[in-house]
Amino acid sequence: MAGRGMNLTLKIWRQAGPKAKGEFQTYKLGGVSPDMSFLEMLDVLNEQLIQHGEESVAFDHDCREGICGMCSLMINGQAHGPDKATTTCQLHMRRFRDGDTIVIEPWRATAFPVVRDLVVDRSAFDRIIGQGGFVSINTGNAQDANCLPVPKHNQEKAMEAAACIGCGACVAACKNASAMLFVSAKVSQLALLPQGEPEAARRVVKMVAQMDKEGFGGCTNTYECEAACPAEVPASNIARLNREYMKAVLLSDEMP
Amino acid sequence: MFRVAEQPLDGKVPSGDITQVWDKHKDNLKPISPNNKRKYEVIVVGTGLAGASAAASLAELGYSVKAFCFQDSPRRAHSIAAQGGINAAKNYPNDGDSVWRLFADTVKGGDWRAREGNVYRLAQMSANIIDQCVAQGVPFAREYGGLLSNRTFGGSLVSRTFYARGQTGQQLLLGAYSALMRQVGGGKVKMFPRREMLELIVVDGVARGIVCRDLTTGKIESYTAQAVVLATGGYGNVFYLSTNAKGCNVTAAWRCHRRGALFGNPCYTQIHPTCIPVSGDYQSKLTLMSESLRNDGRVWVPKNQSDTRSPDQIPDDERDYYLERRYPSYGNMVARDVASRAAKERCDAGFGVGSSKLAVYLDFKHAIERDGEAVIRAKYGNLFHMYEKITAENPYKVPMRIYPAVHYTMGGLWVDYNLQSSVPGLFVLGEANFSDHGANRLGASALMQGLADGYFVIPYTIADHFGKNASKLGKIGDDHPAVKEAVTAATQRINTLLNTHGTKSVDSFHRELGAIMWDKCGMARNDAGLRQAAGEIRQLRDRFWKEVRVLGSGELLNQNLEHAGRLADFLEFAELMVIDALHRAESCGGHFREEHATEDGEAKRDDNNFCYAAGWEFAGVGNEPVLHKEPLEFKNVPLQTRSYK
Repeated sequence: MAGRGMNLTLKIWRQAGPKAKGEFQTYKLGGVSPDMSFLEMLDVLNEQLIQHGEESVAFDHDCREGICGMCSLMINGQAHGPDKATTTCQLHMRRFRDGDTIVIEPWRATAFPVVRDLVVDRSAFDRIIGQGGFVSINTGNAQDANCLPVPKHNQEKAMEAAACIGCGACVAACKNASAMLFVSAKVSQLALLPQGEPEAARRVVKMVAQMDKEGFGGCTNTYECEAACPAEVPASNIARLNREYMKAVLLSDEMP
Repeated sequence: MFRVAEQPLDGKVPSGDITQVWDKHKDNLKPISPNNKRKYEVIVVGTGLAGASAAASLAELGYSVKAFCFQDSPRRAHSIAAQGGINAAKNYPNDGDSVWRLFADTVKGGDWRAREGNVYRLAQMSANIIDQCVAQGVPFAREYGGLLSNRTFGGSLVSRTFYARGQTGQQLLLGAYSALMRQVGGGKVKMFPRREMLELIVVDGVARGIVCRDLTTGKIESYTAQAVVLATGGYGNVFYLSTNAKGCNVTAAWRCHRRGALFGNPCYTQIHPTCIPVSGDYQSKLTLMSESLRNDGRVWVPKNQSDTRSPDQIPDDERDYYLERRYPSYGNMVARDVASRAAKERCDAGFGVGSSKLAVYLDFKHAIERDGEAVIRAKYGNLFHMYEKITAENPYKVPMRIYPAVHYTMGGLWVDYNLQSSVPGLFVLGEANFSDHGANRLGASALMQGLADGYFVIPYTIADHFGKNASKLGKIGDDHPAVKEAVTAATQRINTLLNTHGTKSVDSFHRELGAIMWDKCGMARNDAGLRQAAGEIRQLRDRFWKEVRVLGSGELLNQNLEHAGRLADFLEFAELMVIDALHRAESCGGHFREEHATEDGEAKRDDNNFCYAAGWEFAGVGNEPVLHKEPLEFKNVPLQTRSYK
């Protein structure tokens, strides 16, 4: 399949550092194979830039198989590009046509400041998890795993939520830069399992408080998050998050 | 090419009944009183399964922990990509599994080149790991009765693999990450993301800290502690193309090696049999398709070399199901190294499929006919989806095309039974150490080892170090000469890279190194090729330091500079790997020397001369390394010829 090269025009956000002023730069790139992944296409561009003595475009990536959640990019205004259930690293150039112009931007959200070019700081997500995205048990001496039966249906729902890769596409896609889908995924996973029950109220109240503190916006039910999510985490988790939150506020001692 | 040390290496496995050794050993380790624990600082480098579980568990015990990773979040570590599952001797299916059977399977899987004591302990802990993970809320697959589900993996005749869809590594890592973040949120662990370790600080022969670079600001920082725990993964990216994440590297381990830590069995690398074939010269990585697929997929090539029909048009009797033919009792579930070599053999003989002819089919036709598409989708949906994304082919309709690719490295820093390296105070966990898998790792065993090391071994053994070396663990400041020296060394290397002003990109050098390693130190190796490779690596290294072009400054995020530093270490490490492969004039597990094969092409071990683990001592770049031999004894699983027939 290689050899059938496409010619592309790339408009890429370049920003030298967190405080620097950014702008779009336009690059022409030829000989793009349809079998390349989107990031391999950027690799080819970067090699060319280095040959011309220009610094390469910084972008986050690691596993390149759609699971680590490190890659990002707004591609023509869509988080992770046009394909459903696909991270940028799994997007392939066969999705584009010869002569296309592609606009590439970093995630845009107050809570995700730009580090450089297309790289942003998503540590806000870690701080939210640190407030309650866990079950408080210490290592060692857990009871036998099969002492705790979990209905298959609940386990599957929990797995559906636990599939979140923490990439931040939900925030980037949302007009309010809301992190509700991300937060609801972890709250739901643990709310659906008996292991998470004792801390359910405390967890949801603390995680939501941290989410607000980080500067994420509120949810207005447009479901762009669900459409953009590469792990297909359903927006119904947001409803569960709201229920858990109401339950905690009304029926427990946890204060928001 | 190398020198041999006179004294044998001692793995320090206590003597006695292997089933009792660990329990007795724990009783003999010196505990630290709860009040004193917070006075001890521990640095943990890497936040994959081993690192995150270690950092969390040590903080739970009361130690002051600092954890470091080069990614933007500890949740990104490459453990996350493990698909298929984790082994545990729970015997829930009642099919005759036991700790002993898991132990024996793992020793056999490793082709009798692992240390028995460590492997037994690993098998013992496997069940606790499942308990721990379930208690954390890891959503393992379950049956309708609400109990946990199991499947079979290669190299085993029982069902002992626990899984969470095709995302087991992700779910286990997120479990360990959540335990870690609980400690971070509670102030017991200080987390340093986007930090790359560049030096180990050694004072009076004891590991006392690290030097790292803040990847966003470029600042060179030093951190001191009473112990350093390294959990920085494997070195598969020395081949450039591998299933590893792009950031995986040998730098932290290699820097420790240069400071005195012996490197164990660097030539033992695992080539995974089921990966998506290379599609072009722009290829940046290879993607694995979980071994669990071999439970339902059948591997074949056409019987006729020149058969150009599409695979669905080739009738069953014209297909060569070569694994089932050669290994009737294990069939498609033979150990990984065996499956990989068998695929290479068919392709080398001209039976390969696809445009490159470097692929074989993995076919689900019979499984779909038998169980229905819905069942297959439920088991492997995300893998099929990923395959279709990458190849634009629908594996429900046409067989997958697969080929072996570099996946895991069994070698790593040499450690004793306490997981302590040859530098006191430096502990090495998970893939970064060499200890448990011998010359080949069985599927679903890496997750098991990472978590066993982090949750259940290091919390006990690290205390012994604090107790024994207490007199050498007084506080040291940033102005200590050893700290300053390490900071200077790291800074100078960065400046040299930035000031070389050559013409060739870092990536182009990395691809050249990868080609040398894959051709001459890959799935099959021979004496002449390895000697040639050693020369080529040295030349490439010289050229790198003269011709590399690293743009930009050291004061900002500079991904090129990061890559250059990692490649510089790979260029030194690669030579040691080749020397190790050359010196081991036998075939065992993933290390296949063409001169040492049986008539039917199986690996031929030489137990008289090579029944040892090789621990290599650094003697300067380009100088002859020193080989320390740790004799391996097999008192419990006697040496045999491995057979999956």
